[in-house]
Amino acid sequence: MANLKELKNRITSVTSTQKITKAMQMVAAAKLRRAQEAAEQSRPYANRMERMIASVASNLPSLDSAPPLVVGSGKDDVHLLVVVTAERGLCGAFNSNIVRAVRQKAKELQEEGKTVKLFCVGRKGEESLRRDMEDRIAEYITLREVKNLTFADARPIAEKLSQMFNDGEFDVCTVFYNAFKSVISQVVTEQQLIPVKLPDPEAADDDDAVDLGGAIYDYEPEENDLLGVLVPRNMSVQIYRSLLESSAAEQAARMTSMDNATRNAGDMIDSLTLTYNRTRQAIITKELIEIVSGAEAL
Amino acid sequence: MADKVSFELVSPDRLLMAVDADAVAMPGMEGDFGVLPGHAPLISALRAGVIEVEGADGDSPDRVYIAGGFAEVAADRLVVLAEEAVVVADMDRAELEERIQDANGELEAAEEGEGRRLAEAKISVLQEMLGAAR
Repeated sequence: MANLKELKNRITSVTSTQKITKAMQMVAAAKLRRAQEAAEQSRPYANRMERMIASVASNLPSLDSAPPLVVGSGKDDVHLLVVVTAERGLCGAFNSNIVRAVRQKAKELQEEGKTVKLFCVGRKGEESLRRDMEDRIAEYITLREVKNLTFADARPIAEKLSQMFNDGEFDVCTVFYNAFKSVISQVVTEQQLIPVKLPDPEAADDDDAVDLGGAIYDYEPEENDLLGVLVPRNMSVQIYRSLLESSAAEQAARMTSMDNATRNAGDMIDSLTLTYNRTRQAIITKELIEIVSGAEAL
Repeated sequence: MADKVSFELVSPDRLLMAVDADAVAMPGMEGDFGVLPGHAPLISALRAGVIEVEGADGDSPDRVYIAGGFAEVAADRLVVLAEEAVVVADMDRAELEERIQDANGELEAAEEGEGRRLAEAKISVLQEMLGAAR
């Protein structure tokens, strides 16, 4: 039978663990609200940018002369996977889900005979991918020091990507991130960045789209040049969006997993307290029996 | 036809402004242009410069500096996407001059090539802001 002192120590240590997880849960809840707000406020820009690109692209005379960021390099031999993960752990399966999806995709691509390169954003993803795919990590950016994500954090990533693309280091670029669906669910999302998947103007998901009544836009400068400026900007916007989504999803995941941890700790304390009391009772009973039988023996 | 243009200024972080105005002057990449109600549908790239809003209701700012962006005009709506936007009235000349001096120092320290190009670009943006602040 476990001794009383040990049990008491266990209970104290589980109680302090519970305090920590409870605090983390509350911090995550507060951060989640802010992250969610930021994600929502960035939507008008991204939506309108998307609509502009759709409109310009649908009016292109031909895709042949479009900038390479739009049509790609004409090959698909080298794939760059951008892995967006968290900087910290203790958020459930948040990071491992992304890493698993990336591994799977990398395996599929390699079986097709393509080359895979990785671009890690966030420390956790880099840490676990380094173990078996170190030679494939082309770039690693950490956002450790960043407290509040701003557009300025996304821009260097996008610039780095276009530079690598222009140097011919890869042909296709796909971003993996956790999209924030609701507080209890995060969805691993795979989004192709280069070449741009041109949105279908009909399917454009925008509640305040304007009905032009058949009118046609004037473009200034002309379509191809305009697309040449729009698309690199759009890349930063898309990256920014995935970073924001990922950070909201991270806080949500942490909140849920810390809530579970708090509950588990509570259950554990209950069962430990029960054992503790039973043991204590048993010891008292034993002592009483000893006294009584000792008295009888006299 | 409406007699006002509904003007929206959006940055990646949030919606900065949404007002109804009589006319809006834009710094277009291929020349400045004004947007009045009934303007033909247009998508244009913008250079760094000042957007002037006329006849806006309320006490919204009437001059906003943007560091480049895009404008979409359709059906009496004008949407401007700008990565950076500063209300001209909020700009501080002394601070801007200080930043230009800093940037000049950076330019002198910068090596040939990329760093130098960036510093030059920074100075030209700051100087335009200063010009707008006058």
